[in-house]
This record gives sequence, C-alpha cells and structure tokens, in this order.
Amino acid sequence: METLEQLKTRIEASIQGARLEVIANESPSAQRSLLIDPEHAVGIAKFLRNDPQLRFDYASNVTGVDWLDTVLKEKVKTKKVVDGVEKEIEEIIEKKRPGFLEAVYHLYSMELKHGPVIIRMRTANRADQVHLPSLTPIWRGCEFQEREIFDLYGVVFDCHPDLRRILMWEGFQDYPMRKDYVEPDDYEYEPTAHDKVLEKSKKHEAFGKAMT
Amino acid sequence: MTAPLTVEPQNYELLPKHSPTGEVSGELLEVAMGPHHPSTHGVFRMDVVLDGERVVRLKPVFGYLHRNHEKIAESTTYLASMPYTDRLDYFCSLTNNWAYALAVEKLAGLQVPERAEHIRVITAELTRLQNHASLVGFLMQDMGALGTPLMYAFREREKILDLFESLTGARMMCNYMRFGGCRVDIPSGWLDQARKVVAEFPRFVDEYERLISENEILMARTQGVGVVPKELMINTGITGPLLRAAGVNYDIRKVDKYGIYDRFQFRVPLGEHNDVYDRYMIRVLEMRESVKILEQVLRDIPAGPIVDPKAKIRGFRPKVGEAYGRIEAPKGELGFYLISDGTPNPYRYRVRPPSFINLTILEDMCLGQLVADVVIILGSVDIVLGEVDR
Repeated sequence: METLEQLKTRIEASIQGARLEVIANESPSAQRSLLIDPEHAVGIAKFLRNDPQLRFDYASNVTGVDWLDTVLKEKVKTKKVVDGVEKEIEEIIEKKRPGFLEAVYHLYSMELKHGPVIIRMRTANRADQVHLPSLTPIWRGCEFQEREIFDLYGVVFDCHPDLRRILMWEGFQDYPMRKDYVEPDDYEYEPTAHDKVLEKSKKHEAFGKAMT
Repeated sequence: MTAPLTVEPQNYELLPKHSPTGEVSGELLEVAMGPHHPSTHGVFRMDVVLDGERVVRLKPVFGYLHRNHEKIAESTTYLASMPYTDRLDYFCSLTNNWAYALAVEKLAGLQVPERAEHIRVITAELTRLQNHASLVGFLMQDMGALGTPLMYAFREREKILDLFESLTGARMMCNYMRFGGCRVDIPSGWLDQARKVVAEFPRFVDEYERLISENEILMARTQGVGVVPKELMINTGITGPLLRAAGVNYDIRKVDKYGIYDRFQFRVPLGEHNDVYDRYMIRVLEMRESVKILEQVLRDIPAGPIVDPKAKIRGFRPKVGEAYGRIEAPKGELGFYLISDGTPNPYRYRVRPPSFINLTILEDMCLGQLVADVVIILGSVDIVLGEVDR
C-alpha cells in the first residue's frame, strides 16, 4: 500500500480545497495518522472507500479523545549576535494550545486486506463548537460507535441517523469520558470510614448538622 | 461493492406506518423484550415494534452493565487494567488478555519469546473451543431444546476450564498474559492433559453434530432466517464467525498473522446462505479447525523463557505515541487502542468490542421476521453484555 504522504497528495489532488496533515507517531508501533478537515471529511471518506487502489470498506474502530488546554514547549534554535559574535541560542517558546475533542477512525480493507489507515477529525473547541460530520452514511459500522462518542465525549455528529445516548441513560447531563469530568457526590454512610471516604463523610456530616 | 449504502435520518420517536415491504400496517404494538428476558443472555433490551407477529422495527437498548471500563483503566497503570480486561467478555478472558497485551507490546516495542507465543496460541484456541461449544449450546437452548444440548456443551467446556484452572489459577477470570509474555510457566503434566482434552474433542463435535446438525426442527427454525446482504455486513463492520457465515473471507489470524499464526495449517470456513443455520455450522467447523491448530502447536511448543526480559513490571512507562492492536477473538475483532503520554497511566484506553459492533446489524436481520425468530437471531450473533456495556 502507498505511504501516507502519497495518499495525502492524491487526496488533495482529487478533492478541491481539502487540508490534510500527517500526524507523527514516535512510539515503536509507528502507526501514523491523517488529520482531515471536517468540511471535506465526507468527500475524503468516500474517496477512501471507493478508490480502486484503497477500497477501505471497513471502519473498524471509531473512538473519541479529549485533549485539554495545554502549554506546548518548543525548542527553537535562533541565531543572535551576542557581543559581536554570532551564536546559536536555544530558546524555549511556550505556546498555548486550546483544547479540542478528536474522533479517530481506524480503516481497513476487507477486499484488498490491507490497513490500517487512521484518520482523525478535530473540533474547534471543547465547549460550544463540538460539531463534526458523521461518517455513518459512508460506513455504517460507525453508527453505534459515534453514538458512544456523543454519549461519553459530547461530540455532536451532524447527519447521524439516530444520535441518542447509548450507554448512559436518557436525561444524563454530563460527558463522563472527558478529562475534567467530576464524579457526582453520591456519599453513603460508612461505619468505618477512612482516607478519601473519611474526608467525604466529614463534609457530609457538616451538611447534616446544618440541616438539623 | 456496488451500490452506495446510505442511511437516511429517521425519527425514531414515531412508529412507522408501513411495513418494510411497503404494505400498510395494521395496529402496531411496541414490546420491550428484556432486560430480564432469559433469551437476551444478560441484561439487554430490544424495543420491538410488531405488526401481528412480524417485526417492523427493533432498537437494541443497553448500558445496564455500564461501569465505564475505559475511564477506570485511564486512571490506573497499564498492568492494573489487565485483570479488568477479563471482565469484558467473561467467557473468553484469555483472548481479552492477549488483545490488550498485544496493543501494549506494540506501544512499547516488546518482543514475546517463542514459548510464550505458543502458550498464547494454545490458550486462545482452547478459549475459542469452549466459547463456540457453549454458544451452540445456548443457541439450542434459545430454540427450545432445554437442557440436554447445553449440558453436552458445558460438559466439554468444563474440561477446558479445568485446564485453565490448573494453568492460571482461575476458571474464568484468568488474568494470565503479561506485557511481553505470560505470567507463569506451564505446570508439569499440563501439556499431556491438554493433548488428551484436544484429542477427545472431535468426538464431542461428532456426537453433537449427529445429535443436532440434521435435526429437522433445527433446520426448519434456522434456514433462511436472519439473512442480510453480504455488502451490508462488510459496511457495518461485522467481524468474526458472523461475517464468515456470509461468505466473506476475513480472518485476522490470516490477515494480520499476529503472534505465530502464520506457522500453522488451518482453513477458514465460509458460509454461503448467511442464515442462522450457516452461523451455527461455521462455529462447528471453526471448532474443528481450532483442534487442528491445537494439535500442531501442542506438538511444536519449545522450551525457553516465557517473558521478555526487557519488560518492566514496575515503572512501566511507554514512550509518547499511540497503538492499535487487534486479534481475532471468538466473537470477532477485538482491538485495543492506546494513547500514551509518557506517564504510567494510559492517556486514552479504548476497547473495540466485537459484540457491541455486531449488534449494529441486529435490526436489519430481524426486520420482517417472526418475533420468535428474534430470539435465535440474537443467539446467533453471540453477544456478551459485559463487553457490550463495558
């Protein structure tokens, strides 16, 4: 199978205005992935499924990832003139990266028996712009898995045929797989409380006294 | 693939006015099958809309066993979630262990010694034998053959569980694999015991087939039931025996050749009609193929170490990166997707459960079928709710 760079140039040639990026992976698995833009995602997915050399007819694993706001530290080498001598100085530049939610698709081909090609889409932020296009019309295997991402991460998939909660119950408010999810305060009386439970029980004791 | 398969958005709050064939329906009845229905193999509900006795709509509802396995695994170390993977598909704990170990080995670049690879194949194929044996038993139970066929299957399963107990210390929650190998070596005499069980197993399959395979009631109940097009099954991401019953040659043991599966001679049985009978038959044939693999691996197993000396148990911190590892579990493709951020806990831990995704096609299989057939179609899909709900 062709490399991701070749694939990227071919997709960019056939789909007008598609912006792709190869995401590196330095772990021994060396499974790199393609970051695709949500506006052209459906077109790119159709291309990946229908192209006779690729034929990715099977979306195996679809999942979400939550990335919080982070500060990226980058080492940049700059040339500066210090005391009349040109020197290379390493500077650490801190960049704030706003958080986002990500949907990752692992694609395989059952016809040609190759893969995986990993594609990922990112939302603009984690709060209000959490819409991504659904790829269920292309691969129906995404149906339940996208519902699961919606349920646990709160990514809204546009054009999904049946976007409801799947593992949590209807009426549940929060998104439990997000990294900043806070567990509900469901304290029960514990006769031999210790550690965390003891702290919790003290808090509830004060609450109980205030009530009476 | 020919025509593009698309899914139109629908409003599931409204009951359909027409049956799938276009006839005007009579009075429709919405029934909740489950969560305590004995045929659902756990706590699983199907919201079925019936027109007389025909199914017009079916929506699987689950999550009753949901404990957010993924979140718990993200808050502990890599090794600490190994025993927790046993509880996903509690029939096949050893294949779950293998899939997780495989993903972590890809992430950390560990090599598995020869002997451990052989032990892994032995345990995985024994797991497949006992899973398929109990599945065909449960399928008969769902069809109304109460007791006898299931107990025949459980008699064989018990022998394999005894082997697991003497190897790992537990019958079902084995917690046996480690990153880069296995936990303990095979006890003395275990291989002879295993050879004996494997040598006797074809007799059970023969006996079972004589009893069941050409049974008239079974054929009448299962042939031509639950048929869906092959293209739809591929598009829906169905894997495992369910897909191969549709005649699609896709076995990850052959495609990925993970472990040492490229060394063994075995065939991939394929179905033709894609009905419940084919799904039953595929399981029977796969048991026969597993026996073939087991005979070869029990013959070839070498001596040597069982765990990679580079594998660290304490302070295990893979490099930043991600990995997806998958194996052919008895129910389909079981994958683990891990993202490491260099800390002892995985940043993202995802299970790709086969039974969860195989349920996507349940509605398509059941549309237009009798409500009594829904039970056996669900039985032929082979789900375990520990894995569906996670």
